[in-house]
Amino acid sequence: MLKARAALQARLRAFFMARGVMEVETPILSRHAGTDPAIELLQTRYTGPGAPAGLPLYLHSSPEFPMKRLLAAGSGPIYQICRAFRDGELGRRHNPEFTLLEWYRPGFDHHALMDEVAALVRVALERELPREQLSYGNLFRHYLGIDPHAAGEAELRSLAIEQGIPGADELVLEGADPWLDLLLTQCIEPRLGRGCLTFVYDYPVSQASLARIRPGPPPIGERFELYLEGIEIANGFHELGSAAEQRARFEQDNRVRTSGGVSPLPLDENLLAALAAGLPDCAGVALGIDRLLMVTEGVSSIEAVMAFPLDRA
Amino acid sequence: MAFYSTSEFKGGLKILLDGDPYTIVENEFVKPGKGQAFNRVRIRNLKSGRVLEKTFKSGDSVEAADVLETDLQYLYCDGESWHFMHLESFEQYQVGEAAMGDAAKWIKEQDHCQVTLWNGQPIAVEPPNFVILKITETDPGLKGDTSGGGGKPATLETGAVVRVPLFVQIGDTIKVDTRKGEYVSRA
Repeated sequence: MLKARAALQARLRAFFMARGVMEVETPILSRHAGTDPAIELLQTRYTGPGAPAGLPLYLHSSPEFPMKRLLAAGSGPIYQICRAFRDGELGRRHNPEFTLLEWYRPGFDHHALMDEVAALVRVALERELPREQLSYGNLFRHYLGIDPHAAGEAELRSLAIEQGIPGADELVLEGADPWLDLLLTQCIEPRLGRGCLTFVYDYPVSQASLARIRPGPPPIGERFELYLEGIEIANGFHELGSAAEQRARFEQDNRVRTSGGVSPLPLDENLLAALAAGLPDCAGVALGIDRLLMVTEGVSSIEAVMAFPLDRA
Repeated sequence: MAFYSTSEFKGGLKILLDGDPYTIVENEFVKPGKGQAFNRVRIRNLKSGRVLEKTFKSGDSVEAADVLETDLQYLYCDGESWHFMHLESFEQYQVGEAAMGDAAKWIKEQDHCQVTLWNGQPIAVEPPNFVILKITETDPGLKGDTSGGGGKPATLETGAVVRVPLFVQIGDTIKVDTRKGEYVSRA
């Protein structure tokens, strides 16, 4: 397994080298953090010269913000393979510390980047798999017969019960998105990427995250995900470039955090300044190396592809 | 009342749902990268033994069930209840037919059983995995047959009926696997 991991990373580095994408490193410890309400951060503290009273630092959940600052500074296409950290996530597909491959392509939109992700996965798997591509809307229409952009909380709830998701009748979830997440993970995800690459693209704006929005109707978040063998492998965006819009989304995230009883997080003013200075039109994607290894090695637990998962870390 | 949050979920944890005690058999954490996390669990009803699935939103809490598994010695049956005793505290427990379930047909006086207590009351009895019992009734086997192929029903001293090889006779004692209800060997 160690050899498979080392060989995979060597193939990935060769892939980017051949395409003129530069490897970069950015801080794992950062003063700011993503505000995504679905991601909990691990925190630590530096005390010493420069910060005698102590400086709270977050372990990054992805290198997205500093990499965008490099892009805004004119780096050109860049990639990074690094450890990322998330609190509260441990299971068959989750470990609080994991390996992320993240890369950015100036001049690409999310469709061009999906093509490149497919090429990279071919190199990773060392074989060609058929590829299917469905918009988020068509995905739900195809598997569940509903329009996820239009369906409300009540309709999604009765669908979840009708689909026989155990305990759905007693779940208390606010808004349409968690119900969509429930239906996706329970009813659709296990069927995606079986013997093929399944790309899902064009998400509801409420799930746009850091993607730019294409005006509607319905308005669409230019985001995509890749699934292999029922596992979510990668998430990408046609990146949002507007500083004002980014600030508004940070603030919205913090409102959701506050109403969910989670403390709001400081906004990354460095990122906002970089966006204001001008992020080149670009697309970026984060891909879980551990999960990709689960697929190449045919194992069902993330522990199996790690030398030392949490309980032995 | 004690509560468990979903992050405390693991196999063997005892929880209370709709008034019944359950044990968690399997717990799976499910989360889309940018979305709501869920815990999908398989749970076993400790009274009925029925296994079912349930989905919780991660971060939700569930009431804990005061459940204890303890080793008790079977004393006697008075026709309605089975009486057990804890060998250290000498506390005695009376177990009804529902809680006894299949265990009743395998155990003899002085056997040790794993008994599940909920709020101090016995709700389930697990007989020993293997018991040694005498055969009280079975058809005489054919002389010279030692193959054991096919087999025949035999009634044991506790009333249970198991399939035994043809060479096993009335009065023999045999070892039985209570989990499968199967003959293992002559004892």
